Amino acid sequence: MQFRHKISGGDFARAGNIASAVKKILRQLNIDHSVSKRIVIALYEGEVNVVAHAYSGVIDVDIDEIKIETTITDKGPGIADIEKAMEEGYSTATPQVREMGFGAGMGLANMKKNSDSMKISSVPGEGTTVHLVTYIKPNAG
Amino acid sequence: MVEKCFNSINQEITIIKMTISEIAKIIDGRVICCEDRLSTSVEYAFSSDLMSDVLTVEKENLLLITGLANLQTIRTSEMSDISCIIFGRDKKIGEEMVLLARENNMILVESPHSVFHISGELYKAGIKSIY
Repeated sequence: MQFRHKISGGDFARAGNIASAVKKILRQLNIDHSVSKRIVIALYEGEVNVVAHAYSGVIDVDIDEIKIETTITDKGPGIADIEKAMEEGYSTATPQVREMGFGAGMGLANMKKNSDSMKISSVPGEGTTVHLVTYIKPNAG
Repeated sequence: MVEKCFNSINQEITIIKMTISEIAKIIDGRVICCEDRLSTSVEYAFSSDLMSDVLTVEKENLLLITGLANLQTIRTSEMSDISCIIFGRDKKIGEEMVLLARENNMILVESPHSVFHISGELYKAGIKSIY
């Protein structure tokens, strides 16, 4: 099962709509609750990152019998130092993002914690791609 | 409600669970959404205005106490399987927040007290902290 959703940068009212839709699909597919929770939390953090930092983005979700792959691609300022961005507490978020309860520099680390593999690539001035894989059955990877 | 249980090495453990209805009384709370679910009981609570922090909590059926009233408070709670949110200091709960909470069977309670006061009262009553 594959689907694609678009995200608009700055649209906080809709941030989380995709993670919410995926949560409902995973419930219908009877995916183990603890696995499904990890997936939706990583996805939600990714969605919030695009809304908070980028101009626009696309999320591709691919669910098969053994794993869920999510690719979040955005057009935006990109990340100059990915290693630094992965450090807990480091953030370039605006005051508006902080007012929404985010921007504490925990998002990328939490995405990593809630996925079995995470790859980030970024071109400063162009955008960022985050690829997440989570296995539906523990130890399947 | 107090439950007595025994763990694997036969030690007695006391579990205190409170219904949202009991909790609302203690904090002078006004229930805004999902009144039909007031018999839901919780054992643990977490107080935070930082949604990123809420997303790191693994415990389920949790009570969130916060001063942050926006749509992302509800969205974060949906992702984190939080069953009830208490808003301190009479923060304004918008219509969109109520709609989203209703869709997710989430109880919303407003309290005139501060997050610190609410947390203290509930801790005193036996609700446990996560960390």
